[in-house]
Amino acid sequence: MDYFLPRMDTFVSNQNSLVSVRNLSFSRGPKVIFDNVSLDFERGKITAIMGPSGTGKTTLLKLIGGQLPPAQGTIVVDGENVHQLPRKQLFQLRKRIGMLFQSGALLTDMNVYDNVAFPLREHTRLPETMIRSLVLMKLQAVGLRGVKDFMPNELSGGMARRVALARAIALDPMMILYDEPFTGQDPISMGVLVHLIKSLNSALGLTSIIVSHDVHETSAIADYIYVLADGKIIGQGTPEAIRQSSSAWIQQFMNGTADGPVHFHYPAKDYFDDLLLSGKRY
Amino acid sequence: MIEQLQLLGNQTRGSFAKLGRGTRFLLQTLSGIGSVIPRPRLLLNQLYSVGVLSFLIITISGLFVGMVLSLQGYYTLSDFGAEASLGLMVATSLVRELGPVVSALLFAGRAGSALTAEIGLMKATEQLSGMEMMAVDPIQRIIAPRFLAGLIAMPLLAGLFSAIGILGGQLVGSGLLGVDDGAYWAQMQAKIDFQDDIVNGIIKSITFGFVTTWIALFEGYDATPTAEGVSRATTRTVVNSAFSVLGLDFILTALMFGDD
Ligand SMILES: Nc1ncnc2c1ncn2[C@@H]1O[C@H](COP(=O)(O)OP(=O)(O)OP(=O)(O)O)[C@@H](O)[C@H]1O
Ligand SMILES: [Mg+2]
Repeated sequence: MDYFLPRMDTFVSNQNSLVSVRNLSFSRGPKVIFDNVSLDFERGKITAIMGPSGTGKTTLLKLIGGQLPPAQGTIVVDGENVHQLPRKQLFQLRKRIGMLFQSGALLTDMNVYDNVAFPLREHTRLPETMIRSLVLMKLQAVGLRGVKDFMPNELSGGMARRVALARAIALDPMMILYDEPFTGQDPISMGVLVHLIKSLNSALGLTSIIVSHDVHETSAIADYIYVLADGKIIGQGTPEAIRQSSSAWIQQFMNGTADGPVHFHYPAKDYFDDLLLSGKRY
Repeated sequence: MIEQLQLLGNQTRGSFAKLGRGTRFLLQTLSGIGSVIPRPRLLLNQLYSVGVLSFLIITISGLFVGMVLSLQGYYTLSDFGAEASLGLMVATSLVRELGPVVSALLFAGRAGSALTAEIGLMKATEQLSGMEMMAVDPIQRIIAPRFLAGLIAMPLLAGLFSAIGILGGQLVGSGLLGVDDGAYWAQMQAKIDFQDDIVNGIIKSITFGFVTTWIALFEGYDATPTAEGVSRATTRTVVNSAFSVLGLDFILTALMFGDD
């Protein structure tokens, strides 16, 4: 039960961090996703989380957003312990956090315009004309004002994600969590997105957490990088420091080689034995 | 043997856990209803898709059920020379039993399954968790208006079913079988009791509306977020709604009409 009784070191965190994760442990069934990790995300900075597929990057974002409870440890966002907040306050906090889902998660029963307007209509009493200008502005920023009347099923994957980004910034949040913002983008929109994320950060002073596999783009804009693997932080530092790292793990990840200390394969029984077992036909 | 007992044990525990989740879900939904009232648009949209879109199937089924009732009733009643009571017989059966029950079964198949599939798919495509992250409670925004719509639509649909059925019965009775038109209506008017028949019928259909909508929404909300999970949940909605409606109908009938 020490989830309710945080240890003393729990609240000792960097003064300037907007999000601080302390001694976090989390498992899915028998699989340990996080094993006592601590991370800090500084205010006004872009922090990237990188790591192989299936290490729990999306899970970490959901833990930060309060959608999953940690088995152990605490997550403090803007001075508030996310998992001890009453529901009302948690929702209050979430209004100040924009999240870009890996899948976009657009509402399929309304068009692009209404999707972007959704958080504005739910949380503000702005008149429709004002909402209209805000929505068009946000869509313009992601280059998709032209599709405002499309339904989500008429968009490509990359477009849907950009609309979702427009929606995530609709309420001008203090922090945005990006889950794989670059996947499925062509080189041009990729460039625009990188620029957009960077300028949102510098112009509006918001804090960004980016989960991404795109080593190149991410290290171009991140101020700080955490590399996760096997439930642990295996490296952290500025992009420069990460690139210079002597760790074999990090070198493998940054250079994308299959052989090395990080396993490309999800744990499984011996390959040869598996092949010898007779299959079952359905 | 031990294994089977274990399996049985696990299943029992599973269904109790589910009942617990379902109850919690219902309580959350009920407390979310307050937030629908200031936003009638949400409710109207749902009344349309839950209620209006069920009109056709309810009307056609009501018509045929009434016609068949009239036909069957006539053969039995005419043996005793009591054809004049045909209208009464048709109306009683419809208002007390067939109206609420059959329309609830149709409602579960038409609207309930659609609700489950819709909610289940919203869950599978992360729309519900997306909403939560936007600080919008899906129970208030998505579930509560649908629940309220089901609650309102069901008694209206049952009423429609009975009314159309009575007309269908009259069509066959006086049009085809030559029962006196005046007697068809007069006996009905004289003998149908407001409290005993109509109010009880309405209570039944409100109960059925409550239960089927609850089941449909909960199955969708609780579905495994995959294509197969949603399809199973949809099937469970129809099957569980049917069992609940028929079981509850027996209990309600015993309670309502037990002493006369
Ligand atoms: N709902 C769930 N139930 C059980 N296990 C899950 C569930 N969601 C995720 N997992 C497991 O948790 C682990 C981490 O998943 P997560 O989605 O966080 O990975 P990720 O780092 O975001 O990967 P990717 O880069 O591919 O998106 C995976 O091994 C996955 O098998
Ligand atoms: Mg992910």
